[in-house]
Amino acid sequence: MPTLIELKDGVAQVAEDAFLHVADDQDLAGGDVIVSLSRFQAEGESLLSDGRRVGVRLEAGEAVEALAYDLSRLALVALDFPKFGDGRSFSNARLLRERYGFKGQVRAVGDVLREQAGFMVRVGFDAFEPADGANSNEWQAATRRYHHVYQRSADGRTPTFLERLS
Amino acid sequence: MYQYDALDREMVADRAAEFRGQVARRLSGELTEDQFKPLRLMNGLYLQLHAYMLRVAIPYGALNPTQLRKLAGIGRTYDKGYGHFTTRQNLQFHWIKLRDTPDILDHLASVDMHAIQTSGNCIRNVTADPYAGATADEVDDPRVWAEVLRQWSSFHPEFSFLPRKFKFAITASPKDRTAARVHDIGLVMRQGRDGALGFEVIVGGGMGRTPYVGPTIREFLPVDQLLSYVEAILRVYNRHGRRDNKYKARIKILVAALGTEEFTRQVDAEWAKIGEGANLPEAEVARIRAAFAQTAFETLPTRSEAFEAARAATSGLARFARNNLKPHKRAGYTIVEISLKGIGETPGDASSEQMEVVADLGERYGQGDIRVTHEQNLVLPHIKLDDVPAVWAALKGAGIATPNVNLISDIIACPGLDYCALANARAISIAQNIAEKFRDQDRAEKVGELKIKISGCINACGHHHVGHIGILGVDKKGEEFYQLTLGGSGAEDASLGAMLGPALPYEKVAEAVDTLIEVYLRERKGDERFLDTFRRTGVAAFKEAVYADAH
Repeated sequence: MPTLIELKDGVAQVAEDAFLHVADDQDLAGGDVIVSLSRFQAEGESLLSDGRRVGVRLEAGEAVEALAYDLSRLALVALDFPKFGDGRSFSNARLLRERYGFKGQVRAVGDVLREQAGFMVRVGFDAFEPADGANSNEWQAATRRYHHVYQRSADGRTPTFLERLS
Repeated sequence: MYQYDALDREMVADRAAEFRGQVARRLSGELTEDQFKPLRLMNGLYLQLHAYMLRVAIPYGALNPTQLRKLAGIGRTYDKGYGHFTTRQNLQFHWIKLRDTPDILDHLASVDMHAIQTSGNCIRNVTADPYAGATADEVDDPRVWAEVLRQWSSFHPEFSFLPRKFKFAITASPKDRTAARVHDIGLVMRQGRDGALGFEVIVGGGMGRTPYVGPTIREFLPVDQLLSYVEAILRVYNRHGRRDNKYKARIKILVAALGTEEFTRQVDAEWAKIGEGANLPEAEVARIRAAFAQTAFETLPTRSEAFEAARAATSGLARFARNNLKPHKRAGYTIVEISLKGIGETPGDASSEQMEVVADLGERYGQGDIRVTHEQNLVLPHIKLDDVPAVWAALKGAGIATPNVNLISDIIACPGLDYCALANARAISIAQNIAEKFRDQDRAEKVGELKIKISGCINACGHHHVGHIGILGVDKKGEEFYQLTLGGSGAEDASLGAMLGPALPYEKVAEAVDTLIEVYLRERKGDERFLDTFRRTGVAAFKEAVYADAH
């Protein structure tokens, strides 16, 4: 089980994971769960009515639009990085935050390395399951390497073109 | 020129510090080469046949003298005393040691330079017209928009892990010196009837093993909409471009698979959702524009008596003036193009001493402005005609007054088998052999504009698909062979070359080019270029002549 690092008010810390990743062929136990999109589409109503918190894991090739009508009922969306270089989940994360205003947790899972931490935070991820064994200090350092940003993004940081006006 | 402010500088310093840490982890063994590779590739550091290669970014090919001197110094200290200017207007050092790279990046940062996004599957260095701000035929200064794109694309949080690399070119002149139509995105500025500025947006051009001249997906994009629109294009590509096969991962494959109409529909749908908020505020565009305002021009007569007298007296200067000077928008000024294609030299290479000479000339005579062209030459864009004799003499002294711009020996060639692990065949020595064959400058001038482009493998870094004569190195049972194509162009009349016939052995290539030229000189009408004659007559006569000997 990988370590879970959560970002709260800009501080990365190791957190107790209340959620259980449940594979499609695995029986559902009690408690908070993260299930695949297809399982959510099949069993979502009953899961949500169980009084537990529900998260959905989207593969990199699955579009966040598929969750558009359910987001308000989800506690968490986990976005997968099948490998380091597959950047599709960056778009999904940003759309979750900017286009759908999703307020729950957006968690990076899969081949999640500290070298991408800064980008992940910028597009709206606030929880991470690092695959490289990074601890919270290393993760924190990786998210704070750059003092400035050139673009607007989901993290709300002030881009250079606005900094220059002040 | 654009000057970095404190914020731009801190971005570069932060990157240099980050990379120093990563190199330390690699040298200590904490990172394996496999783990380190994606990190070094984000910093322009490649492992080639013999050594590391470091590719330094030169945004839109613009340098000041201090920067060029710094590159010369790095070449002298950390390389073998030279550097190689590339078709992305960048500079490569081919003989770098890993342990030196953090220091090199610090040196670069000290003059506002870096190697950010010169490799990897991200938005690469944005290229622009090397005559920007100097040529009379532009409708706007494309560097303004190239700088807007540079900032927007640097460390872009969403678009740094694209399916494949992504290249922009931008020009504001009807004469395209950027190969805009064979880029992932080509932006060609236009002025509407009401005077408003916009971009023709061309998407999905490219070379490599599947070459395309890109289709236009929007005829006129108002300039203030640039960032929201390119965000839409990049998002459609990031989400839907293929990732299962690196040879099918460029945006050209997505555009071709969906069809231009469907691709455009998807981009427009995404664009509508993005909205105005993604565009750059006018104040920032104005700040960037102000940085490019030229104020140092003097009011001069159109004709310079000093220059006219010097060229009448010196045939070498006259020849240089015919081939390497281009018209400037201001009376009494000229654009000087410096060929890095000396006969027998490696195309695009410049020694540290040569770089220093150009830096000095730029400082003394050229308003501190120096450019790199995608055809691997240098440009002093603002030289007074009065100063041309002195500039020419200094260039001649440094061995870089070769009067062959746009002529047959002004060849683009990739590094080929001499450096590159991907190559099948040598490219540089083919270029040298052809240049040698056309050493006679009268004959070269008689032939006129001719673009030969040579790639050592199908990845087409030498742009052979768009050469008037393209030459592609192939491997046939361990031997170097070369496939010739004719009639390509990367300019405003873009097209892909057509295959001439069976591949030729190494020693036959220069001779075949010679034969093609003879056919052209025989067939041409009026002032047709080689390309025009070929397009009019077709391939038959050329093919027959080249392969006649083989029968």
